[in-house]
Amino acid sequence: MSASDSSNDGRTSSSERALAFFQDRFDLDDSSLATALDTALERQIDYADLYFEYTTTDSVSLEEGIVKSGDRHLEQGVGVRAVRGERQGYAHSDDISLESARLAAGTARAIADETRPHDPVAIRTPRGGHDLYPVATAPTDVPVATKVDWLNEIDAYARAKDPKISQVMASIVSQYKHTLVVASDGTRVADVLPLVRLNVQVLAADGSRREIGYQGAGGRFELTDLRDPARWQKLVDEAIRIALLNLEAEACPAGAMDVVLGPGWPGILLHEAIGHGLEGDFNRKKTSAFSDKLGQRVAAEGVTVVDDGTLPGRRGSINVDDEGTPSKRNVLIENGVLIGFMQDRLNAKLMGVEPTGNGRRESYAHVPLPRMTNTFMLAGQDDPEEILKSVDNGLYAVSFGGGQVDITSGKFVFSASEAYRIENGQIGAPVKGATLIGNGPDILTRVCRIGHDLALDEGVGTCGKDGQGVPVGVGLPTIRVNQMTVGGTEG
Amino acid sequence: MSGANTPDRTPDRTTDKMAQDMEAVVDHAIDAARRAGANQVDVLLVEGDDREVRVRGDEIEFVKQAQERGLGIRVLVDAKEGRKTSIVSTSDLAPDAIDRMAEEAVALARATAADPTAGLPEGGFAREIPDLDLFDPNDRNVSLDARIEDAKRAESAARNFDARIDNSEGSQASSGHARVVYGNSEGFLGAYASASHGLFSEPIARDGDSMQRDYWMTSGRRLRDLDDAAAVGRKAAERAIRRLGSKRVKTCEVPVIFDAMTAPSLIGQLVSCLSGYSIYRESSFLGDKLGEKIASESVTIIDDGRLPRGLGSKPFDGEGQPTRRNVLVQDGCLKSWLLDHYSGRKLGMDSTGSAARGTGSAPRVGTTNLWLEPSDKTSGPTLEEMIAELDRGLLVTELIGMGFNSTTGDYSRGAAGLWIEKGEIVHPVEEITIAGHLGDMFGQIDRIGRELVFHGRTAAPPLRVAQMMIAGE
Repeated sequence: MSASDSSNDGRTSSSERALAFFQDRFDLDDSSLATALDTALERQIDYADLYFEYTTTDSVSLEEGIVKSGDRHLEQGVGVRAVRGERQGYAHSDDISLESARLAAGTARAIADETRPHDPVAIRTPRGGHDLYPVATAPTDVPVATKVDWLNEIDAYARAKDPKISQVMASIVSQYKHTLVVASDGTRVADVLPLVRLNVQVLAADGSRREIGYQGAGGRFELTDLRDPARWQKLVDEAIRIALLNLEAEACPAGAMDVVLGPGWPGILLHEAIGHGLEGDFNRKKTSAFSDKLGQRVAAEGVTVVDDGTLPGRRGSINVDDEGTPSKRNVLIENGVLIGFMQDRLNAKLMGVEPTGNGRRESYAHVPLPRMTNTFMLAGQDDPEEILKSVDNGLYAVSFGGGQVDITSGKFVFSASEAYRIENGQIGAPVKGATLIGNGPDILTRVCRIGHDLALDEGVGTCGKDGQGVPVGVGLPTIRVNQMTVGGTEG
Repeated sequence: MSGANTPDRTPDRTTDKMAQDMEAVVDHAIDAARRAGANQVDVLLVEGDDREVRVRGDEIEFVKQAQERGLGIRVLVDAKEGRKTSIVSTSDLAPDAIDRMAEEAVALARATAADPTAGLPEGGFAREIPDLDLFDPNDRNVSLDARIEDAKRAESAARNFDARIDNSEGSQASSGHARVVYGNSEGFLGAYASASHGLFSEPIARDGDSMQRDYWMTSGRRLRDLDDAAAVGRKAAERAIRRLGSKRVKTCEVPVIFDAMTAPSLIGQLVSCLSGYSIYRESSFLGDKLGEKIASESVTIIDDGRLPRGLGSKPFDGEGQPTRRNVLVQDGCLKSWLLDHYSGRKLGMDSTGSAARGTGSAPRVGTTNLWLEPSDKTSGPTLEEMIAELDRGLLVTELIGMGFNSTTGDYSRGAAGLWIEKGEIVHPVEEITIAGHLGDMFGQIDRIGRELVFHGRTAAPPLRVAQMMIAGE
């Protein structure tokens, strides 16, 4: 089902290939796009845009030693938006070729009664731009037989590793997405986004005790990059190590204590504690605990937090956002001071600032919102070993599951999937089920050590907001946070 | 009606043109898959339209209108040691596009491995499609303006409730209609239509430096079943105001009451551990407890897919099996797993009519209308009485985070609520966690409220757990 353009001949950019794809497949030429936008502009509105999407997703999964099913899904459609002040009209349809003009008229009418004369839209395509994730082979074009063989190798490898491993579940998910955004100022931007992910989950059993270990990896790169045994075997080893470790884990202590967060995935702290609170919509509406804190100290000295959509090949990276704005490296907190929010077009305009390339949506069926890309803290100078030694008694959290935040009160939680007690500066017994809770606006003021070991996560994060999921990345060096509340069962 | 191999056409197939067109698409897809070489096939087609509006302050902030459709085809190809399976989905319903998808599905299935358990149910399909009152034809014509008016009334009631309500995330009204057609190569073809309407309000209260949000909502299959819009706004505002001045409490072990908004999450988590898939994968902490006591004697949990007007109701499940009333836990004793055809076969049991299916996914186990039985209507306690009875403890009104492990039962989540001393609410609480083991928590339910209200597909009366660990200062 995937398109013939899926291999990059090395001469054209993602944007050019996507543009050609929509023109060839759906006859989306300049005049039909201009007509649709002209229809919307007949009403008294500020702005309108069309978002076209054609996405192929496949997934192959194994359990009980059998590749039980292959899935292939095709998603295509167009979303049309009209904007006037704070007001947005949105409509979408799965009929790409015919519907955009009709929808454009309807959405504009829904938000504006008055008509007006306007200049006809002239479509133009900006030159240049990022090309962060070119691939020679679309991941959805990698033969299913290759994926099946690979999963069987993973199963055999995992089962041979340790007799306590009683179940292995693994899956390979591949996505290839074409997008085209055309705005009423005439700007037309297209992109092709590959996304791959390998998931490994094992169940370890010892007597009556059972524990799951999970590890995954992915990003916007060639699926065959993960095919290297050195790479996937490391993932399987990790999943097994975590499952076996949790078989030995003790109950987690409860109460306030000093916490050391390891590098990489614990960056979810930044995502939950401050990232969401720095999204433009909540700050424009002043519903965020960070509203009115611009220019103020919100973190300890030395803490610099960045949201960067321009990292090559990363899961959270985008050449352009879903409104056509090129992605950027945006510094949110510089040396402890809040200096910027993440913006889409609507909120940037209402706040009188420039869009930052953070207007993202799950699909054509969703309206863009200010969203994170890859969010991380820059490295400091401390030795990670020394950071651990600096804590008398506390918790060392190395890996996490999910988290959540209440934007308005600023309270956030995230749950550790691998954590240890720290006793007299030494790593002690593993503990299970630790949940960390804190207050976004002050948590980073209690960071007192920053390691030199910044790492980004493995590329498995999905962020949810208003019912929309988008792929994101996080990163963190080893840090020490004083007096966080740890939710365990041991008093 | 007849047995397994004769067409089991439902008697009350609607004559509506759209429904006929949809059934023709499903028939076409079944034929196309068979022609392509499938030995068994089932097809799900869903078409729907949705409208959503949001009002914030005096401004109509968002208006959305959408039409969606999706076709999912599952094919099974016979092999020496079982059947090979694939699932494909698309929104392109042109006959030639469906033919291509069907061919692709068969090719994809042939590339996977044979599974001795795979296969469609060979009988037991729904023989009649009961009218569960899942929509009101009059609501079909509700105007966007009428829903905007509802949202405005909720928003203005919330904003005007108290001077401390000075902001909001807005009030949102939605109306959606959907039509589902499911058919398979074993002769079943069934269809039903449903609607859902909702209203949600999320005001923000401020007092000095303290800013708090909360929400309230109403939802139903018919517009006339929704609560009054102004009452929704007022209730949301009242909840946001009572959180002002929230603080942490010291780490301690106390009784915890879950209110009607937070208790359903416990029921959902417990029942996720009864899914046939987690049982045969040995990844549920309740895996060896069928027939045993898993909760205090006052706990009875039921899943019933046929409640009239229920938000989780449907006449047949994702494999054409009739939905039914399943008693999962009775007087504290674990009575049944929730099973679809596949997980049932893995465990040597019959489907419980619990297959949930989207167009883009294989059937899995899902709940329909799920609830924990309330205590006696007259002698059981109200929430107010449960608070008054408590010497010292916590009333939980909101839970955040994902801290539940269904393999071990370990539970630890972020919580907000109200602190109770000597039967009185003394102050709101936030930035704490509550932790325990879900099995122990159900064993320690020592008080159950008498009111049961569905705000969604899962409901529970207020519940008290005798003792939980609270982490705070």
